[in-house]
Amino acid sequence: MADIAARGAVTATGSSRSSLHKLMQRKSTIAFLMALPLIVLILTLVAYPAGYAVYLAMLNKGMTRFVGFGNFDFLFGRETFWMVVYQSCLFAITAVIFKAIIGFVVAHFVHNIPSKGQRKWRGMLLVPWVIPPAMSTLAWLWLFDPSYSAFNWILAGFGIDRIPWTGETGWARFSVILVNVWIGAPFFMIMYLAALKSVPEQLYEAASIDGATWWQRIWYVTLPMMRNIIAITALFSLIVTFANFDIVRVLTKGDPLNTTHVFATWAFRVGIESGDIPLGASVSLFMVPILAVAATFILRDITKRGSEV
Amino acid sequence: MVSRKVSRRRFVASTAAVSTALVAAPFVRGAYAAGKLSLGLWDHWVPGANKATEEVIKAWADKEKVEVTLDFITSQGNKLLLTTAAEAQAKSGHDVLAFSTWLPARYSEQLVTMNDVVEPLIKQNGAVNGTVEYLGKVGGKWLAVPATVGSQMKGPCSRIDLMKSLAGIDVQAMYPAGSPPKAEAWTLDAFLKAAEACQKGGHAFGIGLGTTSDSVDTAGAIFHSFGAILVDAKGEITVKNDKVRQALEYYKKLMAFLPEDAPAWDDASNNKWLVSGKGALIMNPPSAWAVAKRDAPKVAEQCWTHGFPSGPAGRFGPFLPFFWGTWSFSKNQSAAKSLLTAMSQPDAAEKMVIASGGYDLPSFEKLTTFKTWAEEGPPKGTLYHYPNPHNHQTLSIAAAPAPHKIAEQIYTQGIQTQMAVRFYKGEAMDKTLDWAAKEIEGFMRN
Repeated sequence: MADIAARGAVTATGSSRSSLHKLMQRKSTIAFLMALPLIVLILTLVAYPAGYAVYLAMLNKGMTRFVGFGNFDFLFGRETFWMVVYQSCLFAITAVIFKAIIGFVVAHFVHNIPSKGQRKWRGMLLVPWVIPPAMSTLAWLWLFDPSYSAFNWILAGFGIDRIPWTGETGWARFSVILVNVWIGAPFFMIMYLAALKSVPEQLYEAASIDGATWWQRIWYVTLPMMRNIIAITALFSLIVTFANFDIVRVLTKGDPLNTTHVFATWAFRVGIESGDIPLGASVSLFMVPILAVAATFILRDITKRGSEV
Repeated sequence: MVSRKVSRRRFVASTAAVSTALVAAPFVRGAYAAGKLSLGLWDHWVPGANKATEEVIKAWADKEKVEVTLDFITSQGNKLLLTTAAEAQAKSGHDVLAFSTWLPARYSEQLVTMNDVVEPLIKQNGAVNGTVEYLGKVGGKWLAVPATVGSQMKGPCSRIDLMKSLAGIDVQAMYPAGSPPKAEAWTLDAFLKAAEACQKGGHAFGIGLGTTSDSVDTAGAIFHSFGAILVDAKGEITVKNDKVRQALEYYKKLMAFLPEDAPAWDDASNNKWLVSGKGALIMNPPSAWAVAKRDAPKVAEQCWTHGFPSGPAGRFGPFLPFFWGTWSFSKNQSAAKSLLTAMSQPDAAEKMVIASGGYDLPSFEKLTTFKTWAEEGPPKGTLYHYPNPHNHQTLSIAAAPAPHKIAEQIYTQGIQTQMAVRFYKGEAMDKTLDWAAKEIEGFMRN
């Protein structure tokens, strides 16, 4: 009896070893193991902080009590918070639209440059995007400096009155959007350029034979072929622009009168500088539903077109 | 390879023998017998100023046989603030940390009480001013030790020549080096007239109206000069009163003579205004003058640091202290306290003041008369009145005497400067007061 039991045990061990062996040979297991370091990294650096932010957002100011959605409820009653929501939407949407338009136009220009010199132009046009934004914004700060603006110096040369670039709400909003467009447009340009290169030349030839004008070629050939990349780029940029911190922080610090604050800078002001971490976490999390709605619409459109193809 | 099996009996016997030997062994003081201590201190603006602190700490560490790790953390980009927040969250970090103005109160529940350090220091070095006590002592407990390094006054730094020629004010006669001030006539009305004269002469006063510290500190002192309190010590909102109205009316008149873009100024703007030669007066510690000494010596030669103008409620000068504190999770609290006592001795404080060129201000009464302030120049004596040696003005901080957690938010969100700008831009007084009251109501949540 004992002998049978021992043999049974050996068989069981042998079978578990062979099934482990089989498991290890499966492609999905290998893929999982290879992706594991990245999964761990994402869990540590993205999922944990995100979960912790949600936890913090549900605590009271002294972080001693669970208050559920109390912080969000509080924010909804604050005038400054709604101003930040408005400014964040204005900043992100305007900047993305302008980046997309400029990126699209410049991509066409670059696409039409003979391939010999194109590389040089591509490299130069990417410069604003590759410089760390905090550094380039510092240069813009000097150009917009309240008292010593280089732009105002040039304007004065033409007899034009100085402009309060960062001193008046309208101009300050314009300034932060302008810098964001300057930094982000090259990203759109390079993405659109890649998309343009993948449009089959035969389509343009066929359109030309049909007598299509340049505008019709863009409307009926280029844009439909680039729709997915335009949507993805816009979504990606919308997320990054909504979460922007450095441009506003360096250029205006949210002034004048808090009218240039975006979610991230306001969250920093409230959470870190004023010592109300739960409220700061709530402000920063407020971007999530807005971006989730935008992402749902854009990605649904892409999936729909994908299944049509 | 030889492997030997250790029986349970043998293991117990050996462990007991080793333990007995360790307990019975005589105490031999090693190189670092008193343990380790890690410090996170503010990285000074003034080049070389950290060296004095380093020397004081090293001398103490050598004497006490403590292994010290020293990090100088910049406040540029809020690095020190972020480090403090991260250490408080993680409950791990430096044993001793530099805490800026509002932070001891913010982290009051996580700091070791320092009564046993500060009270003997007060006996030895004299009393601390009311602002230091308000910020550092909560509920009868000292939360941190007032630090020499980083503590500063933000009073006026005037151009001697421009004030004389444009406004007819001799700032050196008003605040003579080595003597008590003769500044009875230096009132907010005189200040306003001088601001107007200098602006008309093309050298406007450089006072910011943004939400950064320099702008807020000036607004705080002017509000105090009118007795204008937004929240009282009990936490009652007192925005809607005549004194606040008077302060806003005054600011409206003053703003007409300040640079147009003052609402966009940050803490560097006023420095640039002075150093470039454009401004007749700014509100700043002597760092702007020190930069001028290096970059624009002709401007520096004409700079004179002095007291604040007085208002109906008195003369108030903005004072921003730094503190050194110890987290409750620190493992070597007794060594930390010993070091903080050593760092607060008069000779240590004087070393720090000399190294900072007079920028740093000890908070203790008997330590405000070091030779440095009388001798620094040019012009000689330019810093004599910087440490308020004759107690000529009440040292204050914006948003006091509100409870700390409310006051800190009034301060960091620049409520007073925002009120001034709103009212100046044409908003009705009642609307401005309503806005401020609503904002402050929001700061009261628990």
